[in-house]
Amino acid sequence: MPSCYPAPNIDVIPKKHLRHFFIKNINSQKELTMLSTSMSTCRRRFHLCKISISSVALHKHNDYDKNLQNTKGAFASAPDEPDIDAFLPRTNMNLVTSINQTLFRILEKNSSAILFGQDIAFGGVFRCTTNLQSKFGKNRVFNTPLNETGIIGMAVGYASTGSLAIAEIQFADYVFPAFDQIKNEASMFRYRSGNQWDCGKMIVRMPYGAVGHGGHYHSQSPEAFFTHIPGIIVVVPRGPIQAKGLLLSASISNDPVVFFEPKALYRSKIDDVPDEDYYIPIGKAEIMNEGTDVTVVGWGRQLQVLEKACELAQKNHGISCELIDLRTLAPWDVDTIEASVRKTGKLLVSHESPVTGGVGGEIACAVQERCFLSLEAPIARVCGYDMPFPLIKEKEYLPDEWKNLEAIKSLMEFSK
Amino acid sequence: MKKITKQTYLDWYKDMLFWRKFEDKLASVYIQQKVRGFLHLYNGQEAILAGALHAMDLSKDKMITAYRNHVQPIGMGEDPKKVMAELYGKATGTSKGMGGSMHIFSKEFGFYGGHGIVGGQIPLGAGIAFGDKYKGSDGVTLTCFGDGAARQGSLHEAFNMAMLWKLPVIFIVENNGYAMGTSVERTANHQDIWKLGLGYEMPCGPVDAMNPIKVAEAVDEAIQRARRGDGPTFLEMKTYRYRGHSMSDAQHYRTKDEVEEYRKIDPITQVLDIIKEKNYATEDEIDAINKEVKRMVKECEKFAEESPYPETQQLYDMVYEQEDYPFIS
Repeated sequence: MPSCYPAPNIDVIPKKHLRHFFIKNINSQKELTMLSTSMSTCRRRFHLCKISISSVALHKHNDYDKNLQNTKGAFASAPDEPDIDAFLPRTNMNLVTSINQTLFRILEKNSSAILFGQDIAFGGVFRCTTNLQSKFGKNRVFNTPLNETGIIGMAVGYASTGSLAIAEIQFADYVFPAFDQIKNEASMFRYRSGNQWDCGKMIVRMPYGAVGHGGHYHSQSPEAFFTHIPGIIVVVPRGPIQAKGLLLSASISNDPVVFFEPKALYRSKIDDVPDEDYYIPIGKAEIMNEGTDVTVVGWGRQLQVLEKACELAQKNHGISCELIDLRTLAPWDVDTIEASVRKTGKLLVSHESPVTGGVGGEIACAVQERCFLSLEAPIARVCGYDMPFPLIKEKEYLPDEWKNLEAIKSLMEFSK
Repeated sequence: MKKITKQTYLDWYKDMLFWRKFEDKLASVYIQQKVRGFLHLYNGQEAILAGALHAMDLSKDKMITAYRNHVQPIGMGEDPKKVMAELYGKATGTSKGMGGSMHIFSKEFGFYGGHGIVGGQIPLGAGIAFGDKYKGSDGVTLTCFGDGAARQGSLHEAFNMAMLWKLPVIFIVENNGYAMGTSVERTANHQDIWKLGLGYEMPCGPVDAMNPIKVAEAVDEAIQRARRGDGPTFLEMKTYRYRGHSMSDAQHYRTKDEVEEYRKIDPITQVLDIIKEKNYATEDEIDAINKEVKRMVKECEKFAEESPYPETQQLYDMVYEQEDYPFIS
């Protein structure tokens, strides 16, 4: 353990808090000590308002230190998953409205919260910020000039005063001038100041992904660049319900959050969203459909495609797929994926961004490290090709349901 | 600079009218979904190009601009049929259908594009000028960008380097009053974008860019300065765009009356008034020009419609120079 993280005094932690821990049977003082040191690290990583952690990965291996080095993927801790299906009343709405209303809630609850970006005053290019300026005023919701570096830099600075800064980058393709601010300022703020300061109350929202006619600079999925940065959180909602939960979690997080919104789903994905506030845990994946034959992992818009592929696999070939929404890409929930792969023995990861260096590679490698002997087939990645996002050949480029179906069938074939 | 003669006016009229009709034609086929991607039209800003071209020496001078870039390569000599084919995404387009509306390039005629990222092309322009100076040619690079891009950090970096090394570049900001939906008043505390050059002691000034004569004079002075080796100039072209930022722009940020006011100083009308006033052409000759322009636009549309789409294999061919790197699957 790095010496800058002092272990808490064991006697101060009441034993009743240990009920929340996933580890059962804490029998020795030694185990308790080890647990507390890992708690300090976890508390720093995630927005834990209570001491409780719902699971700590060290139960998988006995070698505790090895786990601590296995940083991002190893920790899947969070407040409990809300039982969203039980919440009533609910309102039918699309992704734009869900984000709009959630931003309204955030600005309402946190008086220090400000929202800024290019052209957001009249509602933004996708209308996610409609009516927010008229409700909260020009001091809190305002346009910026066209300078991404300045926008994110200012967000980092404002967040470091403990206030909530929500910055919008108009398209994810334009984030790169601001990438330096995210990588070299935001992600390291806490670490380099020895935990004196952090710029945790910062959310960078940006629409990402293919939209049918976007071409080179309106279709990119740059999530892989961000997952490579330790110190930030990257989340991708797949629909209105998840967007509200994840955005609210991001607003109470003490680490900076990059929030990718699938622009192709802005108007087309419609759900019954609960009226009350709920927080989806950061760092936890969600099993959308249980299955027994193949584990299929995706996020954001790609899940729509994967759902179709899984349906086709079930209907036409009787293959039962377990579909998992990763939800948080960094730090990502390796435990859930591993447990699923131990069950099915086969893994498919799919994303729009190019295959080389994409998040799929990270998932594949981490999973095979942990449960190599459970695998019955090589891990498959169905992703975009290694080229700039094309203009008119978008259909050929995208990893659609047919390519995924072929991959699922090949996995089954191999494992026979 | 070449003298401005009767023929100049007639050429300006024909060229600007052709560019205007070209853009209008693109708008109509975009609605029919024959052109995909995004479409940013130049209506109202033609005088900038007309004046600049008059002052440039097209055998050695270059231009780079942002994404409102359909007519610049045509003005510099590129075949308008190929430009329209590029917008349609066909294999006969200037970029073989790979780029589309926002990425027209023409190596043959010295047009360096066609850039989507706002402000990304400003340091590129300085770099191209650096190449000219290094090779000892007295070519000049016109680097154009919009009022929104003037807020990017890359502008300051490029200005500083250009002044430091006395690069033969002319920075031109096409200030049409709006950075997409945000007016200039709301992006800065002053409206004189040309003053950004003062901090770098760069010769700078505003230009009435609805009048091609004024544009030609200003650009010519800047070009002479650059050719002498005296470094860059920053010109603010005060212009206006009659259409929205792009075809998906609902234009809530300005009134129709405002657009009507600016239509009174339409550059094409200004040039036509001068032609009529000085009797440079008869009504019939003007009519003939109008018909010719119409015919040219139709020819472009026909060429674009009839051209084939590129092969899918082409997607893989132009990522790198070497075609057989192992990981391009």
